[in-house]
Amino acid sequence: MNFELTEERQMLQDTLRRFLADKYDVKTRNTILDSESGMSADIWAQLAELGVLGALFGEDDGGFGGAGFDIAVVFEELGRAGVVEPILETCILGGGLVAALGNESQKVLLESVIGGETRLALAHGEPRSRYDLNRVETVFKDGKLSGHKSMVLGAPNADHIVISVRESGEVDSKEGISLFLVPVSELDMRVTPMMGGGMAADIYLDGLALSDDMRLGAAGAAYEHLENMQAAAITAICAQTLGGMENAMALTIEYLKTRKQFGIAIGQFQALQHRMSDMLIEMEQARSAVIGAAGYLEADVRLRDRYASAAKNLMGRAGRLVAEEAVQMHGGIAMTQEYELAHIAKRIIMADHMFGDTDHHLERFIALSAA
Amino acid sequence: MDLNYSDEERAFQAEVRTFLSEKLPKEMSEKVRLGSGLNKADMEQWHGILNDKGWLAQNWPKEFGGAEWDAVQRHIFEEEASLANAPRIVPFGLGMLAPVLQKFGSKEQCDRWLPRILDGSDWWCQGYSEPGAGSDLASLKTKAVRDGDHYIVNGQKTWTTLGQHANMIFCLVRTDPDAKQQEGISFLLIDMDTPGIEVRPIILLDGTAEVNEVWFTDVKVPAENLVGEENKGWTYAKYLLTHERANIAGVGSSNAGLLAVKRMAQTELSGGKPLIENPHFAARIAQVEIDLMAMSLANLRIVSQAAKGGAPGLEASMLKVKGSIIRQEINDLARRAVGTYALPFASEAVEGTNEAPFGPEYAAPLAAQYFNNRKLSIFGGSNEVQRQIIAKTTLGAMR
Repeated sequence: MNFELTEERQMLQDTLRRFLADKYDVKTRNTILDSESGMSADIWAQLAELGVLGALFGEDDGGFGGAGFDIAVVFEELGRAGVVEPILETCILGGGLVAALGNESQKVLLESVIGGETRLALAHGEPRSRYDLNRVETVFKDGKLSGHKSMVLGAPNADHIVISVRESGEVDSKEGISLFLVPVSELDMRVTPMMGGGMAADIYLDGLALSDDMRLGAAGAAYEHLENMQAAAITAICAQTLGGMENAMALTIEYLKTRKQFGIAIGQFQALQHRMSDMLIEMEQARSAVIGAAGYLEADVRLRDRYASAAKNLMGRAGRLVAEEAVQMHGGIAMTQEYELAHIAKRIIMADHMFGDTDHHLERFIALSAA
Repeated sequence: MDLNYSDEERAFQAEVRTFLSEKLPKEMSEKVRLGSGLNKADMEQWHGILNDKGWLAQNWPKEFGGAEWDAVQRHIFEEEASLANAPRIVPFGLGMLAPVLQKFGSKEQCDRWLPRILDGSDWWCQGYSEPGAGSDLASLKTKAVRDGDHYIVNGQKTWTTLGQHANMIFCLVRTDPDAKQQEGISFLLIDMDTPGIEVRPIILLDGTAEVNEVWFTDVKVPAENLVGEENKGWTYAKYLLTHERANIAGVGSSNAGLLAVKRMAQTELSGGKPLIENPHFAARIAQVEIDLMAMSLANLRIVSQAAKGGAPGLEASMLKVKGSIIRQEINDLARRAVGTYALPFASEAVEGTNEAPFGPEYAAPLAAQYFNNRKLSIFGGSNEVQRQIIAKTTLGAMR
């Protein structure tokens, strides 16, 4: 047994942490959040340069990582700094599916993804699907698409989007789901910034014609790959939340030491000390949950999914505790948009609305345990 | 014991319902229902409608033009108004300053200021908190120095709710820097148009601008604007806080919020079926409803005691803590209910433009409301301060 990161991953962690501490301060991030595109092309290029995007792909796809712990290391640092650029969307969602299913000509895209020239996204969720991976009502028939994809993360800044469609079966059948890789210029979308930073869009597919060579993988056989993608996405978002919690914790500890009321630092009040200790205890649980999800990402599917759902459920609970308690112990100052904690707390909470929330994964864990 | 309203109270409830259904403008209740933010004109209009009926100053004695409702009547109105999605009454002049003036102010002050609160000539805001004086309010530093028939005020207030709309501010200021903290504070009324006052908005984490910082630089305030005696302001402030705590449990707003969550859960789908049929979500709703039912009764017990003249002591602190936790839990359920449609940053919805929301219309403000209502356990004496009051009252001054 060994809980140390490999030397390469430690280097990646150090490099990325230093880069973000240096280049992604609160002021920079607030400027990005206020911008039209909601992201910085400059930061994107520099992250590519640093190899952060390449670390999320395996060697066969032109990267030098792609394993659970590569994902965990990268996203923990991105989460700590509250980075809003669509890296998860590009590398784990869109990129992960292209890497898994793309033919030779489709996979050419990955080189420019890793190089920082191309961004991807995945359009899967729909207004009636909630967090169910199997519920796809968007139909592909006679060469044409019709349907509505909701809250497509990263779509506004993507160049190509992977779209899930139903070609056969009932609306909630695991069989009959296919994927297409579509240039974004073809799509009718309505764009919104998100509460926790980053951009999303609703995409309206009304008779869009697709050719067969845009298909990603075999017809009707995408479900299993969506599950693989989701396991990786859960690892990433849980690690991102963990990084955010570490930042929130550090800010709170500093505040408890320096904020004075009633003539003393508020950290001298035992009631607050004990609550801070509870937060730290939950942080350790959260760290273990992320290690579990990352460590079993390459394991057999049932083991992997039990750990993934366990992590997502635990992070939903621990994240909420840490975010809410951090804000509460700060008081009013944490309610202001310009204070670092506000953004971090929002990202922690809003992560519960991606890839299945606390309850969804509790139910999934129960189902997986019964199987 | 009888858990039901008396005949008179039921008749009053019916009268309130009729009034709300006839006089509450539909566009206004729609704005409240959809959480799309009320502007100054909306709030003034609602005050005007209530004032025409004589129901604006609910807790004022009749001699000052108030309705002189007892605690049960106020509770009934609050409950009905919340369910009807009526705007909440802006409390600073009506519920906070007015009781202080009526109890401690001079006749001239009452004659001058109270009618202007009723007819909407003045919009008051509250100058209490400072950057270094939050939970520890008595450590406030803004000072007022007597200079002939004026005070000269210097300092900074913060978290001034709706200060951007206000033309008047009531302030706690330090008039004796040498006295013990609580003993050197005075209660001063200040015209916001006086030279030397600057108001800057604070943007909150949900994107709204409802609170402000207010700076005072050599602001000249007529000495006649001192309420009561110099250096007795802390007594008046504490009296005001007991009024700030009326309705502290927020039962009406929690009832309305829970009803909204249940409605959403009938529309939202989970596994293709209504979310309300999902056992985990149903359990979450049931849990908070059970707590809310118990708190409603606790609130009524205290309200009924107050109506008989009893003064709530630590019960007010208990209601503040429990009420905020329940309201926040309901906000949490609401954002959960709408799944991924909680993700958009709906500043348009908050500011009330006409752009269509993403997803169902009720989804747009929910994440913002969840984050905004974190304030419920922070302002008006944080929950930590309330717990301290409960402990001190119960245990005495243990050292």
